[in-house]
Amino acid sequence: MFPKRGAIAAALTAAGLALLFSFKTPERVVTLARVATGAGSSSTTGTDTSTGATATPAPSASPSPSATASASSTATANGTVTGPVVETQYGHVQVAVTFSNGAIRDIQALQLPSDRMRSAEISSYAGPILRQEALQAQSAQIDLVSGATYTSSGYEQSLQAVLDQVRA
Amino acid sequence: MATVSALPDIQYAIHRVEPVMGTVVSIGVCDAAAPGQAIDDAVAWLHEVDDRFSPFREESEVSRLSRGELAEADASRDMRHVLDLCDALAADSDGAFDARRHRTDGGLDPSGIVKGWSVDEAAFILDAAGVRRFAINAGGDVVVRGEPSPGRGWRIGVRHPNDPLAVAAVLELRRGAVATSGGYERGTHITDPRSGRAPAGLLAVTVIGPTLAYADAYATAAFVMGLPGLAWVARHARYGALGITDDGRVLWSEEIDALRVA
Repeated sequence: MFPKRGAIAAALTAAGLALLFSFKTPERVVTLARVATGAGSSSTTGTDTSTGATATPAPSASPSPSATASASSTATANGTVTGPVVETQYGHVQVAVTFSNGAIRDIQALQLPSDRMRSAEISSYAGPILRQEALQAQSAQIDLVSGATYTSSGYEQSLQAVLDQVRA
Repeated sequence: MATVSALPDIQYAIHRVEPVMGTVVSIGVCDAAAPGQAIDDAVAWLHEVDDRFSPFREESEVSRLSRGELAEADASRDMRHVLDLCDALAADSDGAFDARRHRTDGGLDPSGIVKGWSVDEAAFILDAAGVRRFAINAGGDVVVRGEPSPGRGWRIGVRHPNDPLAVAAVLELRRGAVATSGGYERGTHITDPRSGRAPAGLLAVTVIGPTLAYADAYATAAFVMGLPGLAWVARHARYGALGITDDGRVLWSEEIDALRVA
């Protein structure tokens, strides 16, 4: 069983991917539900909500009917798990998930649709993987502050103004 | 309780805090022998840009272009360069950044790229004068060079969206630009040029990269796009994005990993 943190990260990443794919094509949502649960099967399962063709999470990690290739391995605390190729309206999607000490360290897209203009747009949004953590106010020593552009009067209330005064 | 303070190991040889372009530009130079004239020249350049590119000045070049009194072909080289950048960014961002559709009255407003571009140019003025260790902060958008103190880069706090005196992350850079777009500063509302609506999903986006012109424009476009905008920024070589979501998360792309110190 994966630690809670890994499961949360995976769940959020799956939600993120679903969002990415639904950005240009709201009628079609690809979720990577099996990664989020982490336990049992190591297969990444794609669910195609637009056609109802569901790739059922199988205990044996067998590829879904729409998967054209699968390189699954045992879900361990360390290593990389490669999901099946999931066919979508715009092309094939396949991801590899890297685990370290039971936590998801990285998710990489091995295959993304790119054969058509619209597909290229989807790929461009889905390609790079984002890391994340909870927002908190940090204690820090800094030289400068980057923030949304302040007006001349907004500057007076800014942290940058404080830093400028210290250096004056 | 988070406390943010200035690093104690630097003292600026030259320090200018200049109201210009509707904001305040802070310039800190660490080189002991930096020529003061170069800093004067950089500041004068920013005022010149303000005069020529402000959509709020009736006689500025931008205003005359916008009213059709000046044809684009007859505009200055700088103006044509800025408009080319704007058009390339509008195409690249699928209209999320669009200087020609930015204003509700349909008038031209390249402000979204002018500030970043002009601060890049101001940094080039300092580079050409042999200044090696400096930082320019133009209203929250930053360009840095060199090490402010031996062995470390410039430590740049990313403003916390809910607290102007706290930071949500710290990035350390020796060369490059950091730009942030967000909805929390008064009087600087960004809307989606395609829908006219306020963007959803992200409270702020910070972009790092080689130039402020692109970092600033990418930050604006990504803020408009929402979450997918972060990955869109990361597609551009050497640019990275850090976003703060409205449900309290910080997300960042790989390029940011190496720079994040807190």
